[in-house]
Amino acid sequence: MENNNGKVEYWRWLEYHKIMPDRDWKNAETITAGVDVGSVGSKAVIMADGEIYSWSVMRTGSNSSDSATKALGWAMEDTGLTLKDFNYIVGTGYGRVNVPMANRAITEIACHAKGANYIWGPSVRTVLDVGGQDVKAIRCDENGKVVSFLMNDKCAAGTGRGMEVIADLLQIPIEDVGKVSLSVTEEPEPVSSTCVVFAKSEAVGLLRKGWTKEKVLAAYLRAMASRMSELIEKVGCEKEFVITGGQAKNIGLVHRVETILGVKRLPVPNLDETGRDPTSAGAIGAALFAKALYEKSLKR
Amino acid sequence: MVISAGIDMGIQRVKVVILKDNQTIAQSQQFSGFEPTKAAEQAFDEALQKANLSREDIQHVTATGAGVGMVPFADSTVSMMGADARAGAYFFPSARTVIDVGAEDARAVKCDENGILQDFVVNARCAAGAGTFIEAMARALEVKMADMGSLSLKAERASSINASCVIFAESDVVSLIHREEPKSEIARAIFDAMAERVSSMVRRLGLNADVVLVGGVAKDVGFVDSLKRRLGMEILIPEEPIYAGAVGAALVAAKRAKRRQ
Repeated sequence: MENNNGKVEYWRWLEYHKIMPDRDWKNAETITAGVDVGSVGSKAVIMADGEIYSWSVMRTGSNSSDSATKALGWAMEDTGLTLKDFNYIVGTGYGRVNVPMANRAITEIACHAKGANYIWGPSVRTVLDVGGQDVKAIRCDENGKVVSFLMNDKCAAGTGRGMEVIADLLQIPIEDVGKVSLSVTEEPEPVSSTCVVFAKSEAVGLLRKGWTKEKVLAAYLRAMASRMSELIEKVGCEKEFVITGGQAKNIGLVHRVETILGVKRLPVPNLDETGRDPTSAGAIGAALFAKALYEKSLKR
Repeated sequence: MVISAGIDMGIQRVKVVILKDNQTIAQSQQFSGFEPTKAAEQAFDEALQKANLSREDIQHVTATGAGVGMVPFADSTVSMMGADARAGAYFFPSARTVIDVGAEDARAVKCDENGILQDFVVNARCAAGAGTFIEAMARALEVKMADMGSLSLKAERASSINASCVIFAESDVVSLIHREEPKSEIARAIFDAMAERVSSMVRRLGLNADVVLVGGVAKDVGFVDSLKRRLGMEILIPEEPIYAGAVGAALVAAKRAKRRQ
C-alpha cells in the first residue's frame, strides 16, 4: 500500500481480475463486453452467450478512454481473446462516451438495474448503487427495467470517494473500514456535516476530543448511511433490496443502511462460483445489453 | 470616551479589534488551532499591548463567529450576521448588501443605513462556496494559495470543470492537468464556480446596491473579479476585510458600553 514516496495509501483498494475456470468462450455463439468507466473505478465484464466469462475491476486513471482500454485489456488477459472476437461492446458509467471500442453507450442507471436483475434474479425491486462519486437509488421491475430513480451527483457526501478520504485521514486501510467501524461497543452520534471537506475537519475535531478512530469512523458511516437511506426512502424501498457498486463490500455501511431502513439486502453471491460481483453490476448490465443489441442487429 | 473590543472566533483564525470612540486603535489575529480560547486570549493581549491598554481599560467585549461560546472574558455576544451588517454600514454607509466569505462558510446580509440587520442567507453546508475550496484547488494545482488569484486573472476563458463539489473538482483538476489545460484557466473556473454559488445566494436575498464584500476571501483578487462579473456590478471592499466581523462586534460592544454608562 506504499506509494513511491514510502507513504502508506490507506485509501487504495484492491484491484482484481478473474476468469471463470469452467467456462470457455471458444464454443460460444455471442461474445459481448460491458465496460463501466466510473469516476473512481473502471470495470469490464466479458460474457460468453450471456454468462460471465471474465472480468476486471481497477482504478480509473486521469484519462477515461485509457482506463476503458486498460480495464477491458485486463479482463481479456490470459483468455486468448482479441478485440476482433467481440460481437458487441457497450460502454457505461461516468466516462461512457469515452469508451473507444464500444459500439454504443448506455446510462449506468439502466445498466445497474439490468445487472442487479442478473446477479440476484427477478425479485429485485430496489437497487442502491454507491459509486465513487455518486449515489443512486433505482426502482426496477422483474425484467430489470428502470421504473424510477433518484441520484445525488452534485456532492461527494456519502460516496466511495468520501470514504477514501476518511480512511486516509484515520489511517485505516479502506478494505477494513467496515469491519473496524462495527467494532464499537456503542453506536456514536453521526457526524453533523455531510460535506466531505467539513466531515474531515469534524473528524479531526473528534479525534482531538479523544474519540477513538473506530468511534469516529462509526460516526461518519452512520451519517453516510442515513444520507443514503433518505434517498432510498424518497424513491420508495420495495423488496427485494440490493446494494451494488464498490461500497457493497463495506459491511459497516451495509449494516447501518439495513438498520435505518429496517430491510435486509439480498446477500452477495459467491464470487468464485458465480462471478456475479456487485461492484461490476453496471458492467454486467452493459454486457447483457450488448448481447441483446447484437441479437437485434442479426434479426434485421 | 468609549473603548470597546470585538473578537471574531473564526474557524481558521481569531481576529481582535479594539475601538476608541468607534475608531480602530489596534487589531490582531491568531490561528484558532487546537485551543481557540487560548488563541483568543493571545490575540486579545497582543491587541491590548499594541494599544497600550490593559484589560480593565476595555469597557465592553463582544464576541462573534463560529466559536462565539469559547471566549470566557466576553461581556456579550452578537450573531455573525449582525456583526457583518454593522461593519458593512460602518465602512460604507451606502452599503445595503454585505457578503462575507470565510474559510468554511459564506453569508449574504441585507442591512439598512444604520447597519441594522434586515435579512440574511447562509451557506455552511458545502465547502464549494467557501475559502477552503481555493485552498484545496491550490493544492491540486500545485500553486500557492496566495497566487491563485493573480493566476486566474491571466486567463481569458475558464476550463469546464465539475465545481459543484470540492471533491469532484479535485479529480477533475487531475484530468485537466493531464490534458495540459493551462492552470490559469482552471483557476478561473474555480473562482467562477465559487462566485456563482455566492451570487445565487445574494440573489435569493435580493441584490441591493451598494454591495460590500468582507471576510478573508475578499482579499483574493481572482474571486473578486469573478464575483463582479457574476453580479454585474462594482463591489466595495474595506482595506482589511478579514477584520470586518471583529469590527462589527466591537461596534456593538461600544453601543452596549454606552447604554451602561
